[in-house]
Amino acid sequence: MLTCKEFLQELNDYLDDVVDVQLRNRIEAHITECPNCFVILDTTKRTIQVYKGMQPQTLPEDVHARLIRAVERKLSGRKPSVG
Amino acid sequence: METETGIFDESALVAKAREGDAAAYSELVHRYSRKIYRLAKHITQNDEDAEDVLQETFLKGFEHLGDFHGQSKFYTWIVRIAVNESLMKLRKRKADRTVPLDEPLDTGEDTVVREIAVWDEDPEQQYSREELGNILDEAVQSLRPVFRTVFVLRDIEELSTEETAEALGISVPAVKSRLLRARLQLREKLTRFFKRKGDDVFAYL
Ligand SMILES: [Zn+2]
Repeated sequence: MLTCKEFLQELNDYLDDVVDVQLRNRIEAHITECPNCFVILDTTKRTIQVYKGMQPQTLPEDVHARLIRAVERKLSGRKPSVG
Repeated sequence: METETGIFDESALVAKAREGDAAAYSELVHRYSRKIYRLAKHITQNDEDAEDVLQETFLKGFEHLGDFHGQSKFYTWIVRIAVNESLMKLRKRKADRTVPLDEPLDTGEDTVVREIAVWDEDPEQQYSREELGNILDEAVQSLRPVFRTVFVLRDIEELSTEETAEALGISVPAVKSRLLRARLQLREKLTRFFKRKGDDVFAYL
């Protein structure tokens, strides 16, 4: 059986779904027997989800306008150097 | 000059921009400006710096388009510029500090889990959108820049591990270990807000 420390080391790959079947089974066996690691897995997964669901940062209009002006000034200047 | 950018896929856009097609480059700017701004704001934690980074990124991007050979996605390439600009801003702001920004001190402490508590069924519902945004932002802000940057690229901008490694110029194992620390630290910080009320919080080593 996986130790808690080994579980933690594999946690990321498990969450990113890049572990092989054998390791997946060992991880899942561990969390059915270890409530602490079960909670760690669950809350880490939800941490990632809550950030993924975050409202995208809007680009304030004035910031956008200044960006467009700066880019236009640059583009009217010259071609990019192709090297 | 009018370019019907809608019909071009991205590599065609990039090729046109390299030839000096202003409309094509503007379209690329339009596509990614919001994401680059968000990224810059997350890393620099500062509006003024984020705006500087945004402008510098797209100006430098245009200057160096000749160096982009299309072996990676344009977005990954422009992200790399944005990350470098953001880290430079951070270094300037923290010039008086001695803590290096790119090499984490490996004390091992960051992967020690101190707080384990079950979360509420739907903890986000207990906060307004604004409160929730502040909680999430403050948690990210509290991470060290090396961890924050990896977390932002992987879990917010949703770059792959390989793309993140490329954008930061670090190895894949380094991305993985920094991401694990970042995720665990955030998990712990959010637990303070999201844990089920009434549960005892216990600590272990
Ligand atoms: Zn365990």
